[in-house]
Amino acid sequence: MSDLPFSRRRWLGGLGAGAALGALSACATTGAAPDRKLGRVLVVGAGFGGATAAKYIKLWAGSAIEVMLVDQNPAFVSCPLSNLVLGGSRKLDQLTVGYGGLRERGVIVINDTVSSIDPLLRKVSFQKIADQSFDKIVVSPGVDFAFNEVQGLDDEAQKTILHAWKAGPQTVALRQQLEAMPDGGVYVMSMPKAPYRCPPGPYERACQVAAYFKEFKPKSKVIIMDGNPEITSKKGLFTKVFAETYKGIIEYRPNMVVTEVDAKNKTAITEVGDKVKGDVMNVIPPQKAAEIARQAGLVNANNRWCQVDWVTMESTAARGIHVLGDATLSAPAMPKSGHMANQHGKAAAAAIVELMSGRQPQPQMMANTCYSYVDARNVIHVSSVHRYVAEKKTMEAVAGAGGLSAEPNQLEGAYANAWARNIWNDMLT
Amino acid sequence: MPFFSLGSEPIRDRDRKLVRGTDHSKGGRMRQLFGPVLAILLGTAAAGAVAQDARYLAANCANCHGTNGKAAEGMPTLAGMSADALTSAMKSFKAGTRPASIMHQIAKGYSDEQIATLATYFAQQK
Repeated sequence: MSDLPFSRRRWLGGLGAGAALGALSACATTGAAPDRKLGRVLVVGAGFGGATAAKYIKLWAGSAIEVMLVDQNPAFVSCPLSNLVLGGSRKLDQLTVGYGGLRERGVIVINDTVSSIDPLLRKVSFQKIADQSFDKIVVSPGVDFAFNEVQGLDDEAQKTILHAWKAGPQTVALRQQLEAMPDGGVYVMSMPKAPYRCPPGPYERACQVAAYFKEFKPKSKVIIMDGNPEITSKKGLFTKVFAETYKGIIEYRPNMVVTEVDAKNKTAITEVGDKVKGDVMNVIPPQKAAEIARQAGLVNANNRWCQVDWVTMESTAARGIHVLGDATLSAPAMPKSGHMANQHGKAAAAAIVELMSGRQPQPQMMANTCYSYVDARNVIHVSSVHRYVAEKKTMEAVAGAGGLSAEPNQLEGAYANAWARNIWNDMLT
Repeated sequence: MPFFSLGSEPIRDRDRKLVRGTDHSKGGRMRQLFGPVLAILLGTAAAGAVAQDARYLAANCANCHGTNGKAAEGMPTLAGMSADALTSAMKSFKAGTRPASIMHQIAKGYSDEQIATLATYFAQQK
């Protein structure tokens, strides 16, 4: 197991000290400028999108804009790299970073849950702290799971059939299920139709579990039930890894849309009645923008996602509310990734600083990199660059830019680890 | 500026906006009184606007190369790199003459003008 060389202790140090309301009085003011003279912004959700937006508004506007960041979790836990916890080469606490760095920057970080947002008045109710109004609101809530689209996946079934598609307790619990499974067992992972969070993630997960089996439980199998007609990301690379590195371990089955589970019999059932039984069942349900986005009236695409103006990231449903990350209706060829959410966060921060300063926001460039670990050390990537196309009012991938790794390699294994440390720094310190 | 209310703002903010040339509605009398001064200030403000675009563009790179180009271990730091060196690296990545794991793909997404903007910006970061 490799230790990350940066100081996690320092990051986590701010955690207890600034908890909840205590942070309000600790709001840092720097320089002689009167605080929040341009107004105040609330950021809902402190993941890759929200934390980045909060940090960059502070970086660019200083004390002129007050920034409050609210999240129901007391610390950030990274989804990228969390499949390595299943493979056994990382522990969850190596992927956990506190919000102390943002507090040091002057962001007011609140550990609370937003109950409701009035999109017209931009008035927000919280579970713990008092109602407040804001000049702008950034909504970066991530996804919720559509458990209702998988019959039988009720509260009771969810205790044994995990998704582990949000890094946290479920990630650790799924690892424990894999450790407890006897050699010769079958791990079944079902994944939904696109779009879903992290396109290459399920295939990376299959590789991580297969790598663990190959070393410690060589008679065991991995079955992928893919709701899509083919591998949705890095297809050629994953196809080769499945066929060569994990020959006889990974079985890939396309067009398997799981619409029902039988938890007692550990069986997943497809829309056409095919049944697949396993010893460890991992069902990743279909996804949609998180509930707070729906409550605020921001869900206006396919009854699932939030449409935005790609210059400002502002909702097309509510003025003054900007939506980021996985909750958005993605632009063409734009993945629902943490890297992309970080770029959304910066575009929103730039637009908010410009608008609140009385200037006209300009379209921003965005780039994406998704690294996938096919074992503990070897990595493949997909990259893309996106720019705004005014006549189409959307972002498009720049033709000729971006691409894939030629093959899994250890150099990119080192880069993937450095990528994680740098992007966590970029959003949280 | 549909989301912006001038009336509720302190005077000094209005003045600042006038200097940046975005508010033409109330600039007439100011321009009469301070025309020559304003012209000089506008010149400065134009440079300021470029700097702002640069900081936003440079933030694209920060995911991997650190905020303002100050990277953590394992990635090249861009802060303080000479403009010539960064321009040359990006152009050879773009042309495919310098081998890379990923930058030969990313560099192709940026124009020569954007590369020049980035190079100037990162050279100024300490």
